[in-house]
Amino acid sequence: MDAKAIAYLAAGFGSALIILGASYGIGKLAAATMEASGRQPEVAPQVRFTMIISAALIEGVTFFALVICMTLASK
Amino acid sequence: MHDTLHRVVVAVVDSAKQVASSEASEHGEQFNFQHLLDHVKDSHTIELPGFHIELPQLPPVHLGGFILDLSPTKHVLFLLLCALLLIIGAIFTARAYRKTIVPHGFVNLIEMLVVFIRDEIVIPNMGSGGIKYIPYLLTTFFYIFLMNLIGLVPYGATATSNIMVTAGLATVAFFMIQISAIRAQGLKNYLMHLTGGVHWGLWAIMIPIEILGLFTKPFALCIRLFANMSAGHIVILSLLGLIFMFHSFSVAPASVAFALFINMLELFVAVLQAYIFTLLTAVFMGFGIQATHESHEENH
Repeated sequence: MDAKAIAYLAAGFGSALIILGASYGIGKLAAATMEASGRQPEVAPQVRFTMIISAALIEGVTFFALVICMTLASK
Repeated sequence: MHDTLHRVVVAVVDSAKQVASSEASEHGEQFNFQHLLDHVKDSHTIELPGFHIELPQLPPVHLGGFILDLSPTKHVLFLLLCALLLIIGAIFTARAYRKTIVPHGFVNLIEMLVVFIRDEIVIPNMGSGGIKYIPYLLTTFFYIFLMNLIGLVPYGATATSNIMVTAGLATVAFFMIQISAIRAQGLKNYLMHLTGGVHWGLWAIMIPIEILGLFTKPFALCIRLFANMSAGHIVILSLLGLIFMFHSFSVAPASVAFALFINMLELFVAVLQAYIFTLLTAVFMGFGIQATHESHEENH
């Protein structure tokens, strides 16, 4: 296997791991939001707002790793 | 609602035709991912419906070791276009306040956004000392917002999908964060905070780490904005490129439907990323300003 093939393979595996981590984190976020909204519907808008900000921050870290994958895939 | 849907569908089909015309003109055989990336990357041509404009390539400027290529490219032009639109919009909005304090229409919308940034982003994070930085934060928000949105219009280019543009925005944010901290705390206090409050024997280890920490925050801002914007466009183009990869039109309904959904998501992400950039800049500036309030308590 030459280096280019391994780079493509690594990019593929890397993407899968990134998706695992990001979706797990954001899934826990969404679960906590829904639980909080169910317990106390009055604060639901604030909780939803905070959820969106946290999701954007987690996605920011995701995209760090995604950029590395894209750099590998374009070797 | 129906009208917006129609416009978005036209936008997606237009970008598909753009990909089609460039693909067919080069080679209709192999599907090359690099051709897709050419639509997101910077280029020296601007494409308009029917024709395209070749931008001039100026000779490189030699600056004692550095070679600068100052030729205007597509992203540079869109940067300037957005800046011009912002200036015109801001002047128009400010002039509407001459007649009445309560504006109507478009100016009302701008006032809503400005008050939102002042009351939700600046005051909670920076306190009353942050009022003098509101113009900078407003400029950041509206500039990034406008650049992101113009990229979603057919034949528009997203300047923020270029890492150099977001690096420039992050550099300005870095300088503003340091300047606000120094102005609020004084230079001596600011340098003291760089040591982290440990015993002076550990300073040799602490100071490089703290200086590195100063740089990671704007770096994260830069990468977040760049990756969000470019990834969205690459996904849309890849979904439409599926049609060309399979060499058949039967994938078109599913492909265009997915691309439509991703386009809607892109609209949301465009607003959100502008908001997140501004929010994080305000939070980092607030760290510098609020550090003066650690020792002496203020009543809220």
